[in-house]
Amino acid sequence: MTDLSLPSSAPPPAPSLREIFLSFVLVSVMGFGGVLPWARRMIVERRRWLTEAEFLDLLALCQFLPGPNICNLSIAVGARFGGVKGSAAAFLGITGLPFVIVIALGALYGKYGGAPAVTDALLGVSAAASGMILAMAARLSRPLLVRRPGEAAPVMILVFAAVALLRLPLPWVLAGAIPLSVGISWWRRG
Amino acid sequence: MKGSSQLGALAVSFLTISLLAFGGANAVIPEMHRQAVEVAHWMTDREFVSLYALAQAAPGPNVMVVTLIGWHVAGLAGALVATMAMMGPSVLLTFFAYRLWSFFRHRPWLNAIQNGLTPVTVGLVSSSAFLLAQASNHGTLAYGVTAATAALTYWTEINPLWVFGVAACLGGFGLL
Repeated sequence: MTDLSLPSSAPPPAPSLREIFLSFVLVSVMGFGGVLPWARRMIVERRRWLTEAEFLDLLALCQFLPGPNICNLSIAVGARFGGVKGSAAAFLGITGLPFVIVIALGALYGKYGGAPAVTDALLGVSAAASGMILAMAARLSRPLLVRRPGEAAPVMILVFAAVALLRLPLPWVLAGAIPLSVGISWWRRG
Repeated sequence: MKGSSQLGALAVSFLTISLLAFGGANAVIPEMHRQAVEVAHWMTDREFVSLYALAQAAPGPNVMVVTLIGWHVAGLAGALVATMAMMGPSVLLTFFAYRLWSFFRHRPWLNAIQNGLTPVTVGLVSSSAFLLAQASNHGTLAYGVTAATAALTYWTEINPLWVFGVAACLGGFGLL
């Protein structure tokens, strides 16, 4: 098997479409509550398709664009090694099996979801999931609040108030918040 | 046709959300909730929370909640339409942006956009946490689970599966 081989200076040959597809299938079913850490492990450590720096560079692109980060990452990694076909292979790999699994769960839920114990258990999972998302927000905000609290904090609070408290439609909120926030960071650059 | 109009509505909702999802699926939970529960009346608050939890309990990207919403509204066709609408625009954008990435990676304006987007993303993601907690937590103990999970996730590298398992048991035995 290819994993855990000794590091060497020569990069491994570019992966085939089949390898790209199967690797992303593997990643897709390993992660619960997010699969990004598993993608990094597979791409950088096990397959050594990208160096850590190359991976972080691609991730920066994928996090900056809208859409699910991991799906964007599959597109970028696939494009790098196989163009359009590579992107398609990686994307189908990361979404295919999870799609089938959630449909199966959805069908089971349709059948047994009426039972109070099931709904209550799902409420518990959701309570935990909200905590996980809160931690994600805290991790994202930490470097901002350390480096430039004066410009970041007002934008965070404004967006939170508009979306969570006032429940305004997202297109309006972003149409206001993005130009404002990008404008501030352009004005304060350098 | 009721069926095809439902599919059209699913497509319109998620095509829009796709290009607004700065920070990924976890940034747009309030907007999905607003569309599915308040605007389109596809489901109750409680059903939305259940579907979200179900998607979390399954392996795979967080975005698969979209597939479940589509499934709930219009079966397999709904699941396909919702998933493709949510993924299509952002996936195409990424493909073309990747090709241009090496040209604009080091431009100062790109840096300003990246720096400007992050605080917006933080606002969106914390709104998602708030909305989900509000919709699913009906007592002090449930908020305790939320707080404990947040602390464990922030300060440790705990596998989410354990946390979900414990939380599901607490909920299932009617303790939350």
